[in-house]
Amino acid sequence: MYVAVKGGEKAIDNAHRLMAEERRGDPAVPELGLDQIAEQLGLAVDRVMTEGSVHDRELAALAVKQAQGDLVEAVFLLRAYRTTLPRFGGSEPIDTAAMAIRRRISSAFKDLPGGQVLGPTYDYTHRLLDFTLAAEGTPEPAALAEQPVEAQMPRVADVLGHEGLIERSVEADGPANATAEEPPGDLTRQPLSFPAGRDLRLQNLARGDEGFLLALAYSSQRGYGNTHPFAGEIRMGDVTVEFAPEELGFAVEIGTITVTECQMINQFKGSKDVPPQFTRGYGLTFGQSERKAMAMALVDRSLRAGELGEDAVNPVQDEEFVLAHSDNVEASGFVQHLKLPHYVDFQSELELIRRLRAATPTADRETAE
Amino acid sequence: MNPLLTVSGLTRMYGNRVGCRDVSFELWPGGVMGIVGESGSGKSTLLSCLSARLEPTAGRVLYDTREDGPVDIYAMGEPRRRMLMRTDWGIVHQNPRDGLRMGVSAGANVGERLMAVGARHYGEIRAQADDWLRKVEIDGERIDDLPLTFSGGMLQRLQIARNLVTHPRLVFMDEPTGGLDVSVQARLLDLLRRLVTDLGLAAIIVTHDLAVARLLAHRLMVMRRGEVVETGLTDQVLDDPHHPYTQLLVSSVLQP
Amino acid sequence: MTSAPGYNFAYLDEQTKRMIRRAILKAVAIPGYQVPFGSREMPLPYGWGTGGIQVTAAVIGPEDRLKVIDQGADDTTNAVSIRRFFARTAGVATTERTAAATVIQTRHRIPETPLSEGQILVYQVPIPEPLRWLEPRETETRKMHALADYGAMHVKLYEDIARFGRIATTYDYPVLVNGRYLMRPSPIPKFDNPKMNMNPALQLFGAGREKRIYAVPPYTPVKSLDFEDHPFEIQSWDQACALCGGTDSFLDEVVTDDRGGRIYVCSDTHHCATRRDAVQEAAE
Repeated sequence: MYVAVKGGEKAIDNAHRLMAEERRGDPAVPELGLDQIAEQLGLAVDRVMTEGSVHDRELAALAVKQAQGDLVEAVFLLRAYRTTLPRFGGSEPIDTAAMAIRRRISSAFKDLPGGQVLGPTYDYTHRLLDFTLAAEGTPEPAALAEQPVEAQMPRVADVLGHEGLIERSVEADGPANATAEEPPGDLTRQPLSFPAGRDLRLQNLARGDEGFLLALAYSSQRGYGNTHPFAGEIRMGDVTVEFAPEELGFAVEIGTITVTECQMINQFKGSKDVPPQFTRGYGLTFGQSERKAMAMALVDRSLRAGELGEDAVNPVQDEEFVLAHSDNVEASGFVQHLKLPHYVDFQSELELIRRLRAATPTADRETAE
Repeated sequence: MNPLLTVSGLTRMYGNRVGCRDVSFELWPGGVMGIVGESGSGKSTLLSCLSARLEPTAGRVLYDTREDGPVDIYAMGEPRRRMLMRTDWGIVHQNPRDGLRMGVSAGANVGERLMAVGARHYGEIRAQADDWLRKVEIDGERIDDLPLTFSGGMLQRLQIARNLVTHPRLVFMDEPTGGLDVSVQARLLDLLRRLVTDLGLAAIIVTHDLAVARLLAHRLMVMRRGEVVETGLTDQVLDDPHHPYTQLLVSSVLQP
Repeated sequence: MTSAPGYNFAYLDEQTKRMIRRAILKAVAIPGYQVPFGSREMPLPYGWGTGGIQVTAAVIGPEDRLKVIDQGADDTTNAVSIRRFFARTAGVATTERTAAATVIQTRHRIPETPLSEGQILVYQVPIPEPLRWLEPRETETRKMHALADYGAMHVKLYEDIARFGRIATTYDYPVLVNGRYLMRPSPIPKFDNPKMNMNPALQLFGAGREKRIYAVPPYTPVKSLDFEDHPFEIQSWDQACALCGGTDSFLDEVVTDDRGGRIYVCSDTHHCATRRDAVQEAAE
């Protein structure tokens, strides 16, 4: 009998207490501290901050701990907290050209001003389980570079831009809603409507589920929406955030955050009005979330198919399809709401099926599907 | 009496490329106009512009409405245009899948236009659907079958029934026999000719097949690179072509 | 009034509530029209009533008495969870008595006890768009609503009759509100559809994930779609409720063993309890 769902308050309380107990695990094992999560599970924290739309390592670490490492659940916790925060306003746009670079690579040029900076990466590691980690060893210290990275590290897209080989960026000539007078939209305040501007699309993708975007980006590489991409540049490092309080009238620095930025460069054959040139796809995440930033950039470019007059026939090029299903908090909630009782609806269906069967002499009457 | 359709200076550009340019003609009630030309000549662009599916860059399309006489189809509001498209007009697509709901039964496909204009009696809707299926030579027993189970020729006939159920005065057809076997084509052409005559339908038929044009159309327009190069009575154009392009077109058919 | 520390009354901040109230006012002004609103992330998952909760939070005041039901019952886990949410964040009085409640949040049912003027019924809506099965695109469905282009909706009903000899939609049965907008009544059984028509209470519908609010103001005509020769009809049962003996309410089937044994009981637990009390009183 389905009485379990009618268990009432006591059952819910007990279920939550049991959950808390399981989360803690064996009390003989030392409890995880938030600092340990923030320091040692940093990439999980980065993902939760990105998809949770809150840059706060400590809160994200708490969410990861509370969710037992279930990152989608952690994103949900952080989002629900975010809703309750008062909003003071929007920051000044961050300047990624002025980033304190920790990693910067381009697959489009062998060398370029500022050079390739590998930085911390799993690329080129052999994915062999490292049993010394199980023994809690201290890693070998990384060698210091002989010279610091160059202070001037122009963005690859800007290098191409000087020659006019790539379209100008949104901030240069983008839609009216990207100008300083009209701040970018915010889909956590206003519902998304279609067609969405690029500002809202990028916000949606930045909050979107990494797995979903990854699969879509992958599909675009496998013939479901070919965009001929090059990883023009991926850079990761620290940027300052500035905020201009209304009463002050000028911007002040309020902190430093780590971001990963990806600029995809894509072939574009040109149209009657526009000469052949490269086009851009853009990805930006909190922390070090390179896979997400790249996937986002590919999906962003794919979604520009309509704007660029390309044939939009694949899922990744379908704005409504992509933007309406990218959010894992929405998706997770709705898929799992099937756990809620549906017995009134089911009862109605049951009654109908019985009635239809009663009306049909042979139970196995063929019905075309 | 007014012409059913009055087209003047109709032009559609794609950027700097010409879709169709400066097309003008009149279509009278019961008249059948064929538009011929090789692929890329602008036939389909023109048909889309005429049937309110593609806004022209310049020019006008006046339709003689039952209520208010001639009205510019792009100046009337969308509700009225939609109503026109599902009552007074029919559109037969080359691929019947574009014009049918493949997930619902043949009967519902035919009945949809009736329901869209307010029919709310199931029995009557079904009776009319049944009647129209028989008119297009589809066995009434197939009324509850899904189109997925139909052959190509049947699908095309179903699409025609779906369009004609509201007794339109004007039907647009885009290569209605394209993609069908020759024997199936012949049967469909025969049916189309009979329906057009019996119902006094006006029609605009785009085809690259001059045999189809000869059989169905009273008048022909020959298109090349987006422009009409020759126009006239069908027999006249096909038997005594004046423009070199038309001559080439006709001779290329005669000499396989 | 006691509310949870660190949170505003009824969880949402006042600015958000005002935004939601504006959407509600618009919804009331255009019965059945889906008003987009800036749905907030809530501490409950999407699909579990976030739309209903936001609507309730926007309309509830400290003097209100709240009833929450799921599947008609006050004691299902989700109803308990939501009732507790408001008890904690708004400190409002709660009740199981339909007549005593000023705000009733519901999932999947309309109470059997007739509602009266001044009451607000808040529905939790998973998918607000009645045309969604027909057309997945929002841009197109909005156009269809704008033009009242609803003929295709009858195609589905036609198909039902052609295949089954009757309309086989049993819940979430589409209705036309005030003769204008096609509306999805959240998945209530069609048994409850007639209760929406000319109801003295204000009916509000909230879809959190889909970010839509719509409304049926008091005394508004709500018509279930049908054909002239196949009129709308509601479910009926051959059995009576095993607990209260009622024959006029929506019954849940309860399986009692694995040999086909089953009993039927009222889905509306408060309605059932009230009737049992009345029977007992009469006997004493």
